[in-house]
Amino acid sequence: MTSTKAHDVPVQELDRVTIRFAGDSGDGMQLTGTQFSRAAAVFGNDISTLPDYPAEIRAPAGSIPGVSGFQISFSASEIHTPGDAPDVLVAMNPAALRANVRDLVPGGAIIVNSDAFTPPNLAKAGYATSPLADDSLRAYTVFEIPVSTLNARALDGLDMTSKQVDLTKNFFALGLMFWLYGRTMETTLAWIEEKFGSRPMIAEANRRALNAGYAFGETTELFHETYRVAPAQLAPGTYRNITGNEATALGMLTAARLADRQLVYASYPITPASEILHYLSAWKNFGIKTFQAEDEIAAIGAALGASYGGALGLTGTSGPGMALKAEMLGLAVMVELPLVVVDVQRAGPSTGMPTKTEQGDLLQALFGRNGESPIPVIAPATPAECFDLAIEAWRIALHHMTPVVYLSDAFLANGSEPWRIPELDSLADLRVANRTERAGFYPYERDPETLARPWAIPGTPGLEHRIGGLEKLDILGTISYDPDNHHRMQLLRAEKIARIARDIPPLEVFGPPEGELLILGWGSTYGAIRSAVERLQGRGLKVAHAHLRHLNPFPANTGEVVRAYERVLIPELNLGQLRMLIRSMFLVDAEGFNLVRGKPFQISEIQAKAEQVLGDR
Amino acid sequence: MTDQLAPSLADAAPSKLTRKDFASDQEVRWCPGCGDYSILAQTQKVMPDFGVPRENIVFISGIGCSGRLPYYMNTYGFHSIHGRAPTIATGLKEARPELMVWVVTGDGDALSIGGNHILHSMRRNVDIRVVMFNNRIYGLTKGQASPTTEFGQKTKSTPTGSADYPIHPLVVALAAEASFVARSVDTQTEHLQGVLERTGFHRGSAFVEVLQNCNIFNDGAHRAFTDRDVRDDRMLILEHGKPMIFGKNRDLGIRLDGLRPEIVRVGEDGITLDDILVHDETSEDPTIHNMLARIYWPEFPVPIGVIRNVPRPTHDELVDAQIRDAIARQGPGDLARLLRSGETWTVQ
Repeated sequence: MTSTKAHDVPVQELDRVTIRFAGDSGDGMQLTGTQFSRAAAVFGNDISTLPDYPAEIRAPAGSIPGVSGFQISFSASEIHTPGDAPDVLVAMNPAALRANVRDLVPGGAIIVNSDAFTPPNLAKAGYATSPLADDSLRAYTVFEIPVSTLNARALDGLDMTSKQVDLTKNFFALGLMFWLYGRTMETTLAWIEEKFGSRPMIAEANRRALNAGYAFGETTELFHETYRVAPAQLAPGTYRNITGNEATALGMLTAARLADRQLVYASYPITPASEILHYLSAWKNFGIKTFQAEDEIAAIGAALGASYGGALGLTGTSGPGMALKAEMLGLAVMVELPLVVVDVQRAGPSTGMPTKTEQGDLLQALFGRNGESPIPVIAPATPAECFDLAIEAWRIALHHMTPVVYLSDAFLANGSEPWRIPELDSLADLRVANRTERAGFYPYERDPETLARPWAIPGTPGLEHRIGGLEKLDILGTISYDPDNHHRMQLLRAEKIARIARDIPPLEVFGPPEGELLILGWGSTYGAIRSAVERLQGRGLKVAHAHLRHLNPFPANTGEVVRAYERVLIPELNLGQLRMLIRSMFLVDAEGFNLVRGKPFQISEIQAKAEQVLGDR
Repeated sequence: MTDQLAPSLADAAPSKLTRKDFASDQEVRWCPGCGDYSILAQTQKVMPDFGVPRENIVFISGIGCSGRLPYYMNTYGFHSIHGRAPTIATGLKEARPELMVWVVTGDGDALSIGGNHILHSMRRNVDIRVVMFNNRIYGLTKGQASPTTEFGQKTKSTPTGSADYPIHPLVVALAAEASFVARSVDTQTEHLQGVLERTGFHRGSAFVEVLQNCNIFNDGAHRAFTDRDVRDDRMLILEHGKPMIFGKNRDLGIRLDGLRPEIVRVGEDGITLDDILVHDETSEDPTIHNMLARIYWPEFPVPIGVIRNVPRPTHDELVDAQIRDAIARQGPGDLARLLRSGETWTVQ
């Protein structure tokens, strides 16, 4: 559909657009992408975002390793992923172009800052000749705009160094994109005021850059049409855009409120989990106590100490930190205290690729400790769901008196989507009672239903007792080396975790309840799998999707679900960890689809794999 | 004064408890003749003096022979994992500042595997009392060298002699800015009681080294200066405000020669009591405290007593104050509003 605007640039209606902003890591691309996302979200589009940034804070300027990108997909209908391939690439320098151009859809648009295409920059990016001068970009529509020059002109007269001026050019590009997609600049103007209000000149510079970009779009004859993406029909409610890390932090705070207990967050800085510490540390007026520990072990030790004292002891980390926390996690299993460990997974092993996503820690979470050491493991599927699963982690920890591992990942942590803000009184009551009754108190007596032991916290008169890592005598909780007792306690600890399956929702199936193919996933692969399955179903194929949030124990009907299909395909960003569990537990010949490139799956990859599996029959 | 417990704790004290009230029903199982028995006994003996109800006292330990002590105290107790007791204690104090928390550890637990946690719990001035049993050996694992084992000493893991230089535990505690640093000896029961009592009344990070004998794997590690017939000449009992005098005849003293300590005899060469260093445990400047932590037999008498005791706000007080300030400044957190922060939009 095409209509005409007042100044005669036709407007094309689109269902979905995917834009990637790319530049040097000092060019402010994350901020530019975030600002565009907010505007799209506030406008009412469904959105999904994927930041992609280097581990180096500032790799050499202009180099390929220094390229930072931010992809946003916004749509008039419901979407689950940040888009496979961008329709538009905004490239602030040659390196950004070179690193990203091959991802673009054929015929896609490229907007470049032509000022940055200087011989030194071209050389740093490995271009022998300028791609703007040869015909290597002929498959795309290229818009060459001297962003730096135009921006500097707009800021003329402000008492700023040329370097300071140059730092605002990302807002020129943002303004231009706002014009191109018919967005108002309100949210960003408000942000500038909030952020730079106390520094009027910086605020003015950013405002001018933004306006100049927008005005350039209006006046130039470069663009022959602009685009509109109508608001999506989301479920009624109040929304905001949210990343997984912020949703995790808010969920943990909310859980503490629902449990009516002190939250103590102890953590050691690690990418990509540090933001959770930053959020929770900023919310001091909520009474949260945060503690930046001397190392990963101290962090989980402090969290366990806080739980011992009756608080919600929480720690957060990524894979390498999980490895360090293993022994203390085993102690938490032995002393049977509630504790939540957030593992924002990243590409491993070892230091791996700290800013890139992976699902490599599932088996570590389940088994990465000495001895039989069962721990519930849960994993959110989307950034917004991180909020709900944070509350779920505490529900399990508190009701079953156990440590819980919560597996997020870098894609969820940094990615964002609209979040329907819940009403607080609609959330579950998480309160549990401390043991105070002296009569008949035994530290390891168990609730007959859940097998949870009593939480008898220091300060409770008459319940003085000793706990620790040595094996416990059943019920009494004193030290025991009795062989039969040890066997019984091992079984009790296993049974206690297994019984959580009674207390979690069944595994839901999207699509036919039985048939040719089930695609089973967990964690952040949700969006790509769901989109692929929607497309396959649209073509009349009998394909279903089931997504596990509870990885230990599995929902009670999991075996039933996976046995109802001829084939089971398990896509994972690891080499087959869930598949190993499903095969061993249910004797189902599940197939894997495993990519470990530090990137989320693309919809088309899963779709192609599913088609191949179906074609193989 | 720092040597005051929070009034809330003392006020809650019931009628005076006795040593027996602090003994648990567990059979004490250390080797016969172990110095740990004495440390346990002195600990139980001083506990009633603090006026803190049993339920508000927590003993947390790591791994090693010392790690068993919490089982024998009729208080709350947590026998944790190797070296990590200070981390659990830190988290517990964060959640529950009103509790009186003791950490029981050994030379291997505190200075080897748990060295990092000692360093940081001390520098944060977490309100915990660390009692380190120093027998200069790994006892529970049957006789390997520890960070305080003497250079050249033969142990099971160093059959041709230890090639590692030992560490001075109290020097580490001072470097880590512990606000209370003291030393005592398992066999000198009255002195040990006195030091433990002072430790219990301190607020902030306290580090106490107790020279303890492992009669099985390192028997007599300290006897060269702790034996009854030599100890007056070979140990220096520190008392705040008093000159550093020692010796059977109380005529030997420590004098500073420039920056270096020396032993002098009062009454000889015109030396009077005025020449002798006077112990000031409250001195902010740690120079003399560092010297006292470092001098050792056979060059010098081994100082025991409270070396350093300085007032400083505790970690839990500071954390609480930040929260109070934030609430005063921003008002108590409104969760519903926080969830709705940033740009929101409504779908009808």
